[in-house]
This record gives sequence, structure tokens and C-alpha cells, in this order.
Amino acid sequence: MKYLALVYLPETEIQKMSVKEWDDLNAECIAYGDSITTSGHRLGGEALEPTNTATTVRVRNGKVTTTDGPFAETKEQLAGFYFLEAKDLNEAIQVSSRIPPARLGSVEVRPVRQLIRK
Amino acid sequence: MTHEAEQHVRATVDAVYRAESRRVLATLIRVIGDFDLAEEALHEAFRAAVEQWARDGVPANPRAWLVSAGRFKAVDRIRRRVRLNASEAEIADRLHAEAEDIATVLDQDLEDDRLRLIFTCCHPALPQDAQIALTLREVCGLTTEEIARAFLMAPSTLAQRIVRAKNKIRVARIPYEVPGRDALPERLDSVLHVIYLVFNEGYSASSGSSLMRHDLSDEAIRLARLLVELLPEPEALGLLALMLLHESRRSARATVDGDLILLEDQDRSLWDRAMIAEGGQLVTQALATRRFGAYSVQAAIAAVHVEAAEPGKTDWRQIVGLYDVLLRLEPSPIVELNRAVAIAMRDGPEAGLSLIDALLEHGELEKYHLAHAARADLFRRLGRRADARVAYQRALALTQLEPERRFLERRLAELSS
Repeated sequence: MKYLALVYLPETEIQKMSVKEWDDLNAECIAYGDSITTSGHRLGGEALEPTNTATTVRVRNGKVTTTDGPFAETKEQLAGFYFLEAKDLNEAIQVSSRIPPARLGSVEVRPVRQLIRK
Repeated sequence: MTHEAEQHVRATVDAVYRAESRRVLATLIRVIGDFDLAEEALHEAFRAAVEQWARDGVPANPRAWLVSAGRFKAVDRIRRRVRLNASEAEIADRLHAEAEDIATVLDQDLEDDRLRLIFTCCHPALPQDAQIALTLREVCGLTTEEIARAFLMAPSTLAQRIVRAKNKIRVARIPYEVPGRDALPERLDSVLHVIYLVFNEGYSASSGSSLMRHDLSDEAIRLARLLVELLPEPEALGLLALMLLHESRRSARATVDGDLILLEDQDRSLWDRAMIAEGGQLVTQALATRRFGAYSVQAAIAAVHVEAAEPGKTDWRQIVGLYDVLLRLEPSPIVELNRAVAIAMRDGPEAGLSLIDALLEHGELEKYHLAHAARADLFRRLGRRADARVAYQRALALTQLEPERRFLERRLAELSS
């Protein structure tokens, strides 16, 4: 069963981190990513640049409009994602609970929906 | 077959249904892997039992017979559907492949299935109200209509809540299992919380048919007994004790008109001694494990209260000590408020007042009616009528609960007389 773990962090808090704290967090994320890749739980995943680099695209009546920033203002912003393989939700929760930013923000775990070809 | 014999079989099936239907359902959910299919299979199995047991006699192990019949019914039902979706086809294949001799289903498996069912219904990934509804329906066997009536909701709203929860169990694949050691404390908390919410809904309800809501307290106690039997963790014992000790005072805590009677004014001869004895014994057992938590300590406090033959004999020193422990385990302004009241009983109203005033200054309890009611009561004991009146009025302005409003109004009237 595939799950996507969406990692949300309060960007304003992250910006307040010292260089050392930020580097340590990144190193911890890399190490954890490696360990769950080895265990077969991580199929993929990336960290994201902050929301001030985001662009929102919509198509209405065939017309493309682009706007600056994410589509919703929220307290925590999407900061990265892990594409996970887990036998069930309990295993996905267990793997997600050890993602380092879970201590600072939150991780949303969503089952992947199979698109069905008709 | 004679009419009497037919009646006899029907009565047997009914008795087996009452005693075993939840166990059989719990196992069917595991072997079928789907709540709705398992429920349909359960009912079809019982329908089949009425016919077959009349013809062939009641089987030696009715439980195993029902599980087996239910499984075949589920396979039939899936196959009958014209279009199978992928997951259903998978279930049908698996069920067919598992030609295991059902007689080998051990009683231990069945008990484990009941525990699995409880943990799945109370999974923290489900919304709390859905956990409650699902538990009452699947574990306790209440109907959707009964639950809706008890919670004063439209049956359709409740049914929808259950449908959504079952959908999440299926789609997000919430597993049917007893959590492992790592996750057990958190998951057990979630189960205990659901049971306690059900109990409180029945215990302190201020509206609705009181009879129906009383049943919720009974249901919560029954659930806790089942949990203690299946998983005798200290906090499960503690919660059962706490509920029994509260429940023991049910007939003494309100007048026939539904007016509140404070602990100190209750007729102690109305308290249920058997529940008190059982609750007390459970508390002792929980505390002796040294792995107890907040439920056990709250139960210990309740036990000290009910052990006093009259209000004046209450051991307030011990109660303050227990609140100190509770505050360390689970710090909260409400626990601090209760501790302040206990200190007022031990050391006099002034000592309690200064603690409550300090708590109110923090702001968190400013809108909590019981903080003002407690303060008013201490002023009253000190004979400071004007201060008491202001505090009672503040409490009255903050509560919507009808019996509490009547109580506060009575106190106000007494002050002006």
C-alpha cells in the first residue's frame, strides 16, 4: 500500500533557526531518508523550497492564470514529501512519526488513490 | 419438527445471538477484512442457523459454526455481485483459498478478535465522535437508531458518520490488530478516552431521555469490563474503578426532579455498596502495579470520598496528596482547582480562596463556571454573603446546564433569605 507523507512546517519558525540548527535538521532528514530507503519504506520524496518561491496555476474557461504563492494561507506550509510503501496505516504512521520535522510541524499521511483506466 | 421444537431452536439461536454475536462479528471482520460485508455475513449466518439447527440440531460449537457459515455467505455474496471491483475480487479469492477447518478456530483467537475490534473502532485516525459511534455499534451491538437517540442526533447523521469511518478504515487501510508494545500506551489511551466519554455522556447528561442516557453509563462499564478481561492494563482497571465509584452514587446524586445533590448532602445509605467494594478493590490492584496513571489516581480520590461514613470523616489530607500526584501526572488548571477545594476542606476556606484567586488571575479558568461556584461556596462558608452572591451570579452567567443553574439559583436564594 502506498502513502504520501506531506511534511508541513511553520516557515516563520524555521527562518529563526541558526545556521547550525538548520544544517543539523537537514543532516538528520538525509540520514532518516537513507534509513527508510534501505528498509524499503521510502519510494521517493523531496524537500521543497519555501512558499515564497511557489506559483499557483489555474485554468478557467481554457485560460491559464498564474498567481504568486501557495493557494491557501496557512499556519504551517508544505515543506517536503515522502512517498512511502507500508503494509497499512499503522506502519505508515510509525514511519512518519520518525520524520525529523514531525517534531516541529506536522505530517499528513494520505493513502494513494489508484486512477482506474476504463 | 414440532412447534415446540421449533420454538426451542429459535430461543437457542436468540440466546446464542445475545451471547456470541459480537464475538462472531469480530472474527468475521478479521477473516473477511471488511466491516459491512462482515455485518451482512453475520446476519445471514444467523438466518441460516434458524433453518439448519432446526433440521440438523444445534452444533457442538455454535460460535465456530457461525463463523464458518458467515464466511461462506460472504463468499457467495461477493460472487453474486455482477461486477466485482479489484479489492472485492481479492477478498473472494482469499476467502475461497482459505479452506481452513473452522473447528480449529481457537477461543483465544476469538478473544483477540474482540480486542482487535475495540482498537480498530477507537483508532485515533478516526474522528472522536465516529470512534464513539463505531464502538457502540460494532463492539456493544447497539443499533444506529439507539445510538442516535442516546446522543440526541438524527439517525441519518449518525449513520453517515459510521459510513465515513468505515470508508476511512477501508481506504486508508487501518489495520485490524492489537497495537504492538511501542504504540500500546497511546492507543490504549484512545480506547479509554472513548469509554470515558460514553460514560460521561450517560452520567452527566442534562437533557434528553434520562433512561436512555443512563444506559450509556452501563454500556461504558460493560465495555471497560470487557477491556479489563481482555487486556488487564493498570489504567483499564483504574478507569473501570473510577466509573464504578461514580456510578455507585447514581441514585443519591439527584432528586427525583433532577436537581443536583452535592456529595456532602447525599444520603449515603443509597450508595451501591457492591460497586464501591469492587471499585475499591480495582483501585488497590491498579495502584499496586506502580504503572498507574490519571484514571487510577482519580479513582483513588473517588474511593477516599465514598469510604467516609459521613462527610465530616472524609480524609482530606489523603485527597490533597492524591491531587498532588494527579497534578504531576496530568497538570491542568481544573485539577488545580479541585486541589484548592480539597485544601480548603483540610486547612480552611481562606487557604482555598487564595489558591482559587491565584488560579483565576492566570485567566484560564475565568470562563469556567465551577471555579466561580467553588469560590462562592468558600465565601459562603466564611459568611461573606455579598462576595458569595457576586461569585454565584458570575457562575450562573457561565453555565447552560439546567440542573446546575437550578442549584446555583437555590444557593443565591438561600443567601438573600
